[in-house]
Formats: sequence, C-alpha cells, structure tokens
Amino acid sequence: MQVNMVEEKVKGGVKSRRLVSYIVLGIFSFLCLFWFYVLLINATRSHSELSTGFTPMPSKYLFTNLNNLFHGSQPVLNGMLNSIIVSALNCVVCVYFSAMTAYAIHAYEFKLRNALFTMILAIMMIPTQVTALGFIQLITKMKLMDTFIPLIVPAVASPVVFFYMKQYMESALPMELLEAARIDGAGEIRIFNTLVLPLMVPAMAVQAIFSFVGSWNNYFTPALVLSTDKMKTLPILIAQLRGADFLKFDMGQVYAMIAFSIFPVIVVYLILSKYIVGGLAAGAVKG
Amino acid sequence: MKKKAKSVVSYNKWGYIFLIPFLVVFVVFQLIPLVSTIGNSFYEHYMSGMKEIGPNFIGIANYKKLFSDGDIWQYFGNTMIMWIMGFVPQIIVSLLFAAWFSDPSLRLKAQRFFKTVIYLPNLIMASAFAMLFFTLFADSGPINSILISLGILDEPFRFMSNVGSVRTLVAMMNFLMWFGNTTILLLAGMMGIDTSLFEAAEVDGATPRQIFWRITLPILRPILVYVMVTSLIGGLQMFDVPQILTDGTGDPMRSSMTLIMFLNKHLYSKNYGMGGALSVFLFIITGILSVIVFKFSGNQDKYGKA
Repeated sequence: MQVNMVEEKVKGGVKSRRLVSYIVLGIFSFLCLFWFYVLLINATRSHSELSTGFTPMPSKYLFTNLNNLFHGSQPVLNGMLNSIIVSALNCVVCVYFSAMTAYAIHAYEFKLRNALFTMILAIMMIPTQVTALGFIQLITKMKLMDTFIPLIVPAVASPVVFFYMKQYMESALPMELLEAARIDGAGEIRIFNTLVLPLMVPAMAVQAIFSFVGSWNNYFTPALVLSTDKMKTLPILIAQLRGADFLKFDMGQVYAMIAFSIFPVIVVYLILSKYIVGGLAAGAVKG
Repeated sequence: MKKKAKSVVSYNKWGYIFLIPFLVVFVVFQLIPLVSTIGNSFYEHYMSGMKEIGPNFIGIANYKKLFSDGDIWQYFGNTMIMWIMGFVPQIIVSLLFAAWFSDPSLRLKAQRFFKTVIYLPNLIMASAFAMLFFTLFADSGPINSILISLGILDEPFRFMSNVGSVRTLVAMMNFLMWFGNTTILLLAGMMGIDTSLFEAAEVDGATPRQIFWRITLPILRPILVYVMVTSLIGGLQMFDVPQILTDGTGDPMRSSMTLIMFLNKHLYSKNYGMGGALSVFLFIITGILSVIVFKFSGNQDKYGKA
C-alpha cells in the first residue's frame, strides 16, 4: 500500500516535470523561430502594408519584392553566385586537404609526427582576426586583393576540421586495409584517393556542411578583401544595406533581401538536419 | 628482412609529402601574416589623409598609446559585458535542456524536433540575423508595432538609442545562436556518463535534483570549462552582430563597440601600427585562454581512459 503510494507520487512528479520541460522547450523553440516567421511574413508584404504595422498573416507581394530586389541597385543575384562559388570551393579544398593532413598524421610513422601533431593542435585557437593585418598586407603584395583566392586557399590549413578527421580515422580506418592495398601494389596517392577517401565520406560530409556554412556566413575577411561590386558576397551586401540611408528603402525589398540570404540555408539545414545534429554530437564526444 | 625495413621507411616519407599542402598554406597565410602583424606593432605607420606616414621603428610606443588612451579598456569591457550577458543564460539553459534530453525517466518525445530547432540559429548568417534584428526592432518596426497593439507599450521604444537595449539585443542574438550548440555538446557529455552511477544513486533514494548536482555536474566539469573558455575565445572575437546592428559605430556612445570592431576600424583606416599592437594584445589573451582549454581537455582524456 505504502509502496504503491510512493510509486504514484514519483509518477506524478515525473509527469509534472515532463510538462514543465515541454513548456520551457516550447518557449525557447518559439524564441528561435519567431524572428524567421516575422521575416517570412514581412517579405511577402508591400512597403505600404509594412508601414501600417505588423499582421501575422502573409500578403501576396513576395514575388513583386523579389523581382524589385533582383532589378534593384544591389547586385544580389551576382552576390549569391559569388557566395556559392567561394563557399563551394572553400568547402571542397578544406575537406579534401584536411583529410589528407589527417591521413598523413594517422597512417605514417615519421620522426616529426608528434611534434607536428602538437603544433597543429596549438594553432587551432588562433583567430583569423589576429593575423588579418599581416594577411591583408601580404595579399596586397601578392596582388590577390579583390579576388577569391585569399578566401579559398587558406582553407587547406583548417586545424579544427583536421582534428575531427583524425578522430574519425582512428575508429574507421583499419591499418590492415592499407597493408593489403600496398601488397596489391597500389601507390600511396592512389590508396588515399580511392581507398581512404570513400571510407571517410561520413566525416567529410559533416565537415563539408560546416565549412560551407562557415564560409557562406563569413563577413570579416571578405569585407576586407573584396572591394568591387562584381566580386562582393552576400554578407557584404547585407552590410551595405545596413550602411545605406535606411528610410529611403522599400522595406519590402529589405525584408526580401534578408530572407534571400537566410532561407536557402534554413531549407538545406532542414533537409540535412539529421546528419548535422548527429555529426555535431559525434565530434563533441572527444572534443 | 632488410628489404622490409627499407620499404617501411620509404612509406613513411609519404607522411611528410601529404603534410606539404597544410604546412605550405599555414606558413604562407597564417605564420607569415602573424609575424608581420607582430612586426607592424613596433612601427609608426598610418595614413594621414592621402599621405603615408612611416614606417618608422618606434619600439613599444604603439602599446603605450593603446593602453594609455583608455579606449581599449572600454571596448574590452563592452565585449566582456555583452559576452557575459549572453553566456550566463546560455550555460544555464543548455545544462537544463541537456539534463532533460538525457534523463531516461522523463522520456521526452520529439527530441529531434527540439534539437533541430534550437540548433537552427547557429547556421544563420550572423550579419543577416543582425540586419533582421535591426529592422524588427526599428522604431517603426514590427516588434514595436506588436508591443503597442498588445498594450505593453504606449509609444515606440527606441531600442537602438539605448545602451541597455542595444547590448541586450547583441547578447540575445549571441544566446540564440549558441545555446543549441552548447546543449548538444553538453548532452554528448552527459550521454557518456556511465548509467550505472545514476541507477545506483536512484536505488539509494537520490532525487533527480541531487543526481544532477552531485553526480552529473561534477563529472561534466571538464566539458563545462571547455565550453566556457571556447565561448570566451569566441566572445573576444565578437564582431558581425554588433558591427551590422550598429553599422560599425558601436552606438549609442560606443557602448557596444567590441575589440574586433576597433581592430576593423584600424584596418580600414590603414593604421598598421596601432592595428598591430591591438592584434598582438588579442593574440596573447587568446593564447592564455587556449592553454587553459588544453590543460582541461587533457584531463578529460585521462578521465575517459580511466
């Protein structure tokens, strides 16, 4: 009898705790989504509708706003194209060479291995901003200002991605496999490209997403490097929009432009979220 | 036998070959810029109108000027205040959520939905997110419109002209962008804890609260330190959000001007000497913090192996 009562009480406690956690999780989910909901609604409304205040229902001017945006003064479509080119190349370069670096440290036993491994870990935390001054001077001397190269090539040396790949290799790349391939007479470069890379696909996919998004969202370095309208990426155009005399703008277009930079990432994220959230946790275990 | 030893050696040279791209790019695009940034900090070198002054070697005069002007301490303070305002709620909420997600007795449903939603803001372009907040919180923007129609406000609140509200907006954006990430990190840590510990505690009659404070939290301490210090390093780099939100001015009265915004100003005005000194200052602080991270992640490994 008494045992039953205790059990009832515990059950009741769990129930109310569960209720509380659903409510709090609900509130914070709302806090995460609310802004994007307002953005979506406002991107569909015309300038005059927007000036009358907020309504929760969408209107029908989305395509008008987008059309105005594409034919407006800001080179938005070109900016998106630039963003895609930079991010895609950055991501390919980053993932391929990080896997290669991880493979070098993981699979070979050479004299300086531990020293180099420690060095790569030690430089992991150096923020790009700290070296920006010398970086800009250097690429000015190399005549690479206003090109995409300074935004892509440095991704070859990405210690964080390297570290993730190295951790993954420890569990997913048995050395016996490499021995077998060598006995079959395969060269080292071929082993890396045709045997190791396919085994690394899950880790590479996760890191590809992160480096793509990181490069897509990057504002600091591109803003210092790119100067002509033809080369500018989306974050720079957003900053220009903020810098322009705000009240002269068609607010419908302003919202359309923000939506245009945010929603593609949201859509891709929702499609790939299973891998992204899972991959994060996988990296976190040892991180 | 001899032949085999030789072939092992010739394999291992490939370790160096595969490292060449990383090392070359690191030296060219990170190490040389770092060295020349440090070098710059000892020279007088800036633009006066269209005229270039310097470079003249002036020793540590740039550092003296940097610290005696006092601006740097104000910007350091701004950065820290906005970081703390975002980080404290972040770590509390993340711990709470991670504890709920990992609590087997709660059996929360729709976990993947919640994780997906709270992680979402982390992937949003920070500059676009800041621009969005700027338009939403404008004097005639939708937030004011909603607050007035709900009867909470009588007239529009000028979010962008008030020190507290600008800092709160920056902190809130940082919070929203990072608490999902921290939750997932802490959750991974909690899932790694041996469940028999919890079972034993439950048998002994411990309440969920006791289990959290006495078992989960102490075991998580290394991860918590890691999260805190990496967040602090990230906080010192705070740039996109306040830069776009205030159009680079750090207004009102430079109360939301961060260290990197200050650096960015020097880079744009081509004040290489002062920019260099500021970079070195940031480099040293980050270096000290990184050593702390290193020490603690080393400990974590020991726990893992024990």
